[in-house]
Amino acid sequence: MRKLCDTLRTAMEKAGLQNGMTISFHHHLRNGDYVLNMVLETAAQMGLRDLTVNASSVFDCHAPLVDHIQNGVVTGLEANYISSAVGRAVSEGVLAKPVIFRSHGTRPSDILSGRSHIDVAFVAAPTSDPMGNCSGKYGPSACGSLGYAFADAQRADKVIVVTDNLVDYPLTDASITEDFVDFVVKVDAIGDPRGIVSGTTRMPKDPIALKIADYAAQAIDASGLLRDGFSFQTGAGGASLAVADYVKRMMLERKIQGSFALGGITGYMVDMLEAGCFKAIQDVQCFDLRAVQSIRENPNHMEITAAQYASPTAKSTAASNLDVVVLGATQIDTDFNVNVHTDSNGYIIGGSGGHTDVAEEAKLTVIVAPLSRARMSIVVDKVLTVSTPGKSVDLLVTQYGIAVNPARPELAEALKAARLPVKDIQELRQMAVAINGPAVPRLQLTDRVVGQVLGRDSRVQDVIYAVK
Amino acid sequence: MEIKHGAMAGTLESSDIMVTILPNPDGIQIDLTSSVEQYYGDSIRATMHRTLEALGVSSARIEAVDHGALDCTIQARLTTAVRRASREEVAK
Amino acid sequence: MRRSMLFIPSNNPNMIVNGGVLGADSLIFDLEDAVSPDEKDAARDLLQHALEAVDFGKCEIIVRINGLDTPYWEEDLRAILPMKPDAVMPPKVCDAAYIQTLDEKLTELETEFSLEQGRTKIIALLETAVGVENAYAVAAASPRMAALFLGAEDLTADLRCQRTKEGGEIQYARGRVVCGARAAGIEAYDTPFTDVQDLEGLERDASYAKSLGFTGKACISPAHVSTVNRIFSPSQADIAYAKDVFAAIAEAKRQGKGAIALRGKMIDAPIVQRARLVLEAASEIEGVDYLA
Repeated sequence: MRKLCDTLRTAMEKAGLQNGMTISFHHHLRNGDYVLNMVLETAAQMGLRDLTVNASSVFDCHAPLVDHIQNGVVTGLEANYISSAVGRAVSEGVLAKPVIFRSHGTRPSDILSGRSHIDVAFVAAPTSDPMGNCSGKYGPSACGSLGYAFADAQRADKVIVVTDNLVDYPLTDASITEDFVDFVVKVDAIGDPRGIVSGTTRMPKDPIALKIADYAAQAIDASGLLRDGFSFQTGAGGASLAVADYVKRMMLERKIQGSFALGGITGYMVDMLEAGCFKAIQDVQCFDLRAVQSIRENPNHMEITAAQYASPTAKSTAASNLDVVVLGATQIDTDFNVNVHTDSNGYIIGGSGGHTDVAEEAKLTVIVAPLSRARMSIVVDKVLTVSTPGKSVDLLVTQYGIAVNPARPELAEALKAARLPVKDIQELRQMAVAINGPAVPRLQLTDRVVGQVLGRDSRVQDVIYAVK
Repeated sequence: MEIKHGAMAGTLESSDIMVTILPNPDGIQIDLTSSVEQYYGDSIRATMHRTLEALGVSSARIEAVDHGALDCTIQARLTTAVRRASREEVAK
Repeated sequence: MRRSMLFIPSNNPNMIVNGGVLGADSLIFDLEDAVSPDEKDAARDLLQHALEAVDFGKCEIIVRINGLDTPYWEEDLRAILPMKPDAVMPPKVCDAAYIQTLDEKLTELETEFSLEQGRTKIIALLETAVGVENAYAVAAASPRMAALFLGAEDLTADLRCQRTKEGGEIQYARGRVVCGARAAGIEAYDTPFTDVQDLEGLERDASYAKSLGFTGKACISPAHVSTVNRIFSPSQADIAYAKDVFAAIAEAKRQGKGAIALRGKMIDAPIVQRARLVLEAASEIEGVDYLA
């Protein structure tokens, strides 16, 4: 059978794309992705309307999506993360229907269970053969892991692979295989490599981030989890990455042989793998060129699917085997609830990603954040949006001290025994107020819901209101 | 102090405020753009009025772009701008 | 207790405000090299307001002023003295007369601002060949003198030699600065280690400085503070020995003995003095009173 189509439009027509359908995308090409815009542009040309876009994440490069919403091509949006360009428009009420936010684990769970139906999945593939055996590891737009695309490919009614690097059949090291793929389209470019992965992920120099990381690493050590068999996840942002550096030093100095590193992977985690800190990397998303090279060349650097990463309904996941995760926050309240969806002015600037999943699953969840950013206290009385419930969070580490969730008294004792500056979270809140001065909030949101944040049980955990 | 000519102080970095001060025929006029307007806008304007009064400035136009500066930084940047604007020679 | 002295640029609000939590015993707010000439006034105003408003916890406050050969230093002092810094740090100190000029100005301003006479200490930065040669004279030039601080970057330029990580080129200067400071009964601080990433190199450099008699070391990066603090803190073995010294003295007193021996060695005045310094330092670091 012939799957290869001459144009994207042909593939979309053959797939039977109709008004009102749901189309899906993965975000492995991150802020360099061309495919989502390309598909919506084609849909607009075809005169399609009322589509729902279900994307694992939406980045600023997807700003044209706002136009397609305004002209009625798209009327529904579901994502695990929406950065500020599209987020701002959503907060201002561009969509009549609320956006549905899931986590990286809940999205594949809902897709695989049939709760979230996808009519046509578009799989941007840095390399594919004409039958749709495809991979993210090779080609000019290489992105490494294709972890977020698996559930879509498995359960969508039709699957269209979009590639800019068509190779002879069969592609031997394929991630998503031909048995799931209906059509294949070759285009000039699926993305801008500069936006897909950064050249190198750099260690932060910001002294506050380093101070926070130092405390966080000492707290991880004091928890007793840093021993042979240790498993670890950390983000690619400032303080999170610096924690990895401190943890690496401790592991090498004390010859600790860890089990695995998890999550979005940077060159820094690759260095730790190669230095012998871990036996394996379980990689759902590559952040830089070194991670892409490693997943291609190192058999101990495994690609995992989003469901395998963190699905709450899977029989087990990498997240459920995780010891320690280090995560960020835009706000955390005195009940340890974390907001990573909205900024202090109520605008959508992100989303859970895997935050909610790994926080719930890991044995120790460490939130690293400065006490305030540019006069806005990170520790607040009540978060604007509950992204990750406080019961999943064990520690908040700031440059002014560490707050331990009262549900973990033994952890507080361990930290005090290690002479770490343990503080009540209320005390941190008061310190922030003392430094920044008392705020007189005038923030007023409307009562119109523009976003629903689903919890790991797939029920509405919180809602996001339109800004005025 | 008398505002003799335009002057600036501060930066656009996070936790700083960039203050431009200009002569004004009558009274104090403050145009503030702040990332924390919803929380501290009134407080920042009040701090500026107090600082100008303490410096004996009764007429000036202030254009300020704030990225979350603390009160002490706002006072300092405004003070520097006023001093620069009240010097005889035109600031470079 | 001054093991680590961390440089903070005085025109950076974010750095200043967070200075107190970086773990350093002392903060050196820099009005000199970290501030360009056309921003001297802004840095001065910012530092003045910040010192008044921000809580720096237990950190000692030092201000590096501009040199006495510049048009800025008197205005620097006028702006910051009312904020009661613990010490000022003049750069490129060459001789005793330099310190005396500064001392007179400090006395004049302390009077003007109704501050306690002599409260403002001086930590002299020696970073020229002539300054190093005059180490003792500088150290003994004023009762305000609290410490000498060696600055190796400018010094090696003056010496016309390469600055190296091994530091052979500043061997003589280090010895002379420690000797001059100790001769005058004040503290000595070592030059910062300038490779921010090389923590192993820092460890070696700081350990060596401690072995020469330095009290502590300056840091240009907060990432160096914890290593410097650790190296310049008394070790557990030092503390245990010092405790034994005082226990032996107490025991000898109880028995009415004059001469006291510990581990086969006579305890003399310098040993007691050293033990006292160790326990004082340990008490301060650990928040317990070992001398009680």
